[in-house]
Amino acid sequence: MTTLFLAWSITAAQVMLGAAMACAAFRLLFGPRAQDRVLGLDTFYVNAMLMLLTFGIQTGRTLYFEASLTIALLGFVGTVALSKFLMRGEVIE
Amino acid sequence: MIQAPDLPAWAAFLVAAFVLMGAAITLVGSLGLLRLKTFYERVHAPTLGTTLGAVFILTGSMICFSVIQSRPLVHELLIGIFVTMTTPVTLMLLARAALWRDRTEGQDEVPAFDEDAP
Repeated sequence: MTTLFLAWSITAAQVMLGAAMACAAFRLLFGPRAQDRVLGLDTFYVNAMLMLLTFGIQTGRTLYFEASLTIALLGFVGTVALSKFLMRGEVIE
Repeated sequence: MIQAPDLPAWAAFLVAAFVLMGAAITLVGSLGLLRLKTFYERVHAPTLGTTLGAVFILTGSMICFSVIQSRPLVHELLIGIFVTMTTPVTLMLLARAALWRDRTEGQDEVPAFDEDAP
């Protein structure tokens, strides 16, 4: 009974995170300017990281934790590089 | 895809509450991306997901894996520390880049360059 409750709660959380990813994807695709698209990408990868954590809770495997840690590391580098590009027009000076 | 680990009742309720609260807060933050009007308002919204949403979901994950393996398992703290440290850096860089772009285009609604700044 409690397992079923936990399963439905995790599924509801995944649906909410999916809706959050849809909002971020809208900003990523239709953002009026370039900085809106970068902000949408930043939100998108954070939401994807949280979604992978809920998958990890659901299956009880630690594999998903490593995937979400990798997403956190690479997403930070990606957003910083895109911000530098918007500011200076080149990534590495 | 309806499945869950076999946890005792108190842990199941705690994990469910933490995960649901974290996901709801993240959804509110991402809805702010759609609803707010200007970029400088929108840049605040997703930080709800990276601070409180991430902390709640990471706490739920920590409780779940600690109960499953019956020993304290806190490697989710790595993600928490990293996200807390990097989010202000990225968003301040992005806001400064946006401000610079708006100034060089000569838009009126952003403050102009400060001549006295070093």
